[in-house]
Amino acid sequence: MTAQAVIQVFILVLILAGGILAVWLRDLLAAVIALAGASLLVSLEFYILQAPDVAIAEAGIGAALTTAIYVIALRRTRRKEKE
Amino acid sequence: MNGEMSVIVRTITRFVYGLIVVFGFYVIMHGHLTPGGGFQGGAVVATAFALLIVAFGAAGLKGKLNDHLLQSLEEVGALAFLVLGFIGIGTAFFYNIIANSGAVFGSPTPIGPNPGFLNTGGTLPWMNWAVGLKVMTGLASVVLVMLVGAREEEET
Repeated sequence: MTAQAVIQVFILVLILAGGILAVWLRDLLAAVIALAGASLLVSLEFYILQAPDVAIAEAGIGAALTTAIYVIALRRTRRKEKE
Repeated sequence: MNGEMSVIVRTITRFVYGLIVVFGFYVIMHGHLTPGGGFQGGAVVATAFALLIVAFGAAGLKGKLNDHLLQSLEEVGALAFLVLGFIGIGTAFFYNIIANSGAVFGSPTPIGPNPGFLNTGGTLPWMNWAVGLKVMTGLASVVLVMLVGAREEEET
């Protein structure tokens, strides 16, 4: 495998780990942060696949704006998920 | 919660939000030459507004960034896009009438390989600005309405 393929597989594994963490964590604020991290890694993957256009949109909306909206919503509701 | 966050967040926000706004305007301005455009640049500027709203709270921005102003500017962006589509209606809808006319963004494009010139493109850069204005104010008003709605519900 070339170096670029190794980097891509590494990033995809990290995206998968972020998604699994977002579902598995009971602390909803931590789950939102995990989702933001996965979104940022998706944006990096878009950049590596030579789509900088989509990468900018994904970093702006996926990583920043949805995280802000989730955090504002979490302030009004419970932080811990019910067992 | 009560509006604003800690002093660390507010200080970093004061340093960073101007840089984010300038980068977003750069992406909108060079939409016809480099990756990005109205939507991407508007989303970048909207993240700076979201940072301000989250850091200072809706009360800390009173008068400077209310949702009435943001929604009015959003409508201005939409109307500007429609007008730009209609100014070439003599030939066709969305006809690029400003290109090569000598107006702003209307200088003739040289043939052959070149680094790309900012003052070209005709109606396209103007449409990028219209879309950028609509997207940045629309997304900022989404975050602001979310925060203000949460506060009102808390008080009642």
